[in-house]
Amino acid sequence: MTAFWVLSVILIASAIWTISARKPVYSVVALLLNFAALAATYLTLSAEFLAVMQIIVYSGAILVLFVFVIALLSSGVAPFAAGPNRLPKAITPAIFVVLAAFGFLYYALKSVTAASIGAAGQAVAPIGAVGTADVFGSVADFGRALFTVWLLPFEVTALILMVAVIGVVLLAGDRAPYVATPRRARQVEREMREAILRGGE
Amino acid sequence: MIPFWAVVLIKSALLLFVVVTTFAYAMLVERKVLGWMQLRPGPNRVGPWGLMQPAADAAKLILKEDLTPKTADPLIYRLAPFISLLTAFSVYAVIPFGASADQGTWAIGNPNAGILFVLAIASIGIYGISLGGWASGSKYPLLGSVRATAQMISYELAMSLSFVGVLILAGTTSLDGIVNAQARWWFVLPQFVGCVIYVITAVAETNRAPFDLVEAETELVAGFHTEYSGLRFGLFFIAEYVNMLTVSCIATLLFFGGWNAPFGLAMVPGVVWFVLKVACFMFFYMWLRATLPRLRYDRLMAFGWKVLLPVATLNLVVTAIIVAYKG
Amino acid sequence: MRKRLYNVGAILKGLSITFGFMFRKRPTIEYPSVKKQHAPRFHGLHELRRYEDGKERCIGCELCSSACPANAITVIGAENAPGDRRSPGERYAARYEIDELRCIFCGMCEEACPTDAIVLTPRFEMSDLRRGSLIYSKERLLVPPEAGVGRAPDERPGGIPGDLGRVAEIKSTMDVAQGYSATWRGNILKTQRKGLTMIEPSRENGA
Repeated sequence: MTAFWVLSVILIASAIWTISARKPVYSVVALLLNFAALAATYLTLSAEFLAVMQIIVYSGAILVLFVFVIALLSSGVAPFAAGPNRLPKAITPAIFVVLAAFGFLYYALKSVTAASIGAAGQAVAPIGAVGTADVFGSVADFGRALFTVWLLPFEVTALILMVAVIGVVLLAGDRAPYVATPRRARQVEREMREAILRGGE
Repeated sequence: MIPFWAVVLIKSALLLFVVVTTFAYAMLVERKVLGWMQLRPGPNRVGPWGLMQPAADAAKLILKEDLTPKTADPLIYRLAPFISLLTAFSVYAVIPFGASADQGTWAIGNPNAGILFVLAIASIGIYGISLGGWASGSKYPLLGSVRATAQMISYELAMSLSFVGVLILAGTTSLDGIVNAQARWWFVLPQFVGCVIYVITAVAETNRAPFDLVEAETELVAGFHTEYSGLRFGLFFIAEYVNMLTVSCIATLLFFGGWNAPFGLAMVPGVVWFVLKVACFMFFYMWLRATLPRLRYDRLMAFGWKVLLPVATLNLVVTAIIVAYKG
Repeated sequence: MRKRLYNVGAILKGLSITFGFMFRKRPTIEYPSVKKQHAPRFHGLHELRRYEDGKERCIGCELCSSACPANAITVIGAENAPGDRRSPGERYAARYEIDELRCIFCGMCEEACPTDAIVLTPRFEMSDLRRGSLIYSKERLLVPPEAGVGRAPDERPGGIPGDLGRVAEIKSTMDVAQGYSATWRGNILKTQRKGLTMIEPSRENGA
């Protein structure tokens, strides 16, 4: 229980730091801390595989891309410029959303029991120490659940991600790739000349 | 009976000592090997055969001035080397050097998701480099860190995929289990393609020649650690060698039978075999460094995405089909 | 192009070459403990010689000074006092200084000297902490009487100064790399293949 409280404090503090940091890189560091604390929280819940995946996917891949973008875009160490204060406008809807979220959480926790998880058709593995095979949250258990009971949601998620990838390719690659043929070179040259002429007007 | 926490503490201390010593002498051996391959004797002034060179280097690094550039972001600039070092050492918590027995395991912990843990920690290691380069507040480190990030993302995918073939064959993600599954055949035979991909990606992961674009002297001065000096630079330096040791350990565990003795030479203890295999890999990386020139950046990326990743995927699919058909 | 980009054979060949080099003999001379044998006429630190009777050879003619392309030599001559003759001639060098920092070790002074007084020895270890102490005065240049008279370069046997300690057999890096066994003394080099001949120093001395 001590672990839970310590991790909770770290989680919330780092989350607040993430959104309140002036420098984007500080936000990334705070988020990294947040993810690490979240992974540790998963471990206390015997969700070993989830914890490791949290690190690999979020800290190891997604957040690295954040760093990449920040390094490319804001190469200076300059902090964000302070924007207009949106708190007065945002406070009412924010409170509403938070209350709704807590209500949903309360309802979910009340209705879900171990029996109801078992009723979902899954053979729940026994909860054991983290790091042992074939207990709740281990790699095998996770895989079994993912590819039997939750196969449809899993595949749907894969499809959604695929849609996102295709969308990105479409957005980024709306022009034909540059091929250095003489004809293409002439065309590019003409386009550039026209652009220069237009700029001169 | 020694309490659990005491065992962990003793193991950690021992491991730290072993890894740091290995780092120190790996560095010396690398300089020696590079020297020999270039018809030089290598360091031989400090102590017999230069054996005290690591101590001299350490003393030098500790005594050097610790500079922070004015343009640097002080907090992250100071934090970055520690991230690098912390992640580099953390991996050793799960690496087994020998077979576990009833008395206990060689590794500090032997989690079921061992190999995933290694991947997870390795994937965080990049923050030391990319944040350090960014926080230096000058252009070469920044370029180095951007390169590191892009290179890391491109090569980690192929690396993970090269693991999966082994995982399918072994049917477990625990490092102990993977090694035990290689009691008869080392996975380098059925997973030769995976092994080659792993060895290549491992070089890229550790940012070593010929994939050392992150610290390319010729273009980027020293890349991400241009601005670092003294002990902070030393920490990056340690991290690089410890990472090299890590990837050698992983290659040994996944593809070369870990502590399993080759040719039935079981009278030599498994740890010795493990150390020997790791040493061979370390030598191989030094050998590569002495031989191959640095790749151009676009070719590095093209090689990662257009060759390694498809081949790794193909290897995975073929392995999966064969295992499904047979088993 | 793809074929060239991923030429595994070339990589393996490179690896075999570097591996083979590990076991080659290294041409390194570990300098402070092992010293290189120089050519007999190596141009090193200067020396002012004497005659057998202990008189200085230098007659203060300043030809060396005017021959010096680096203006490193300062000579101020003086008449020999009748009772105390420093040199056999009329004059001797009252002051003789060589700025070794300016000197380019070309040996022109040696050639200009009519009495073979100034010679370049093979000694080359003259680093110092102060610039001033690299301006060698006459006292430092002149062979001390107890050390004999000094030897002209063409009188030197092997060009090995006595104080240099252990002497290494020299191979150039290229020689070792290409498997040549030529040394400074064994002289039939593969350079002959290119139409160049190296004359053995001792034979040249005798001529």
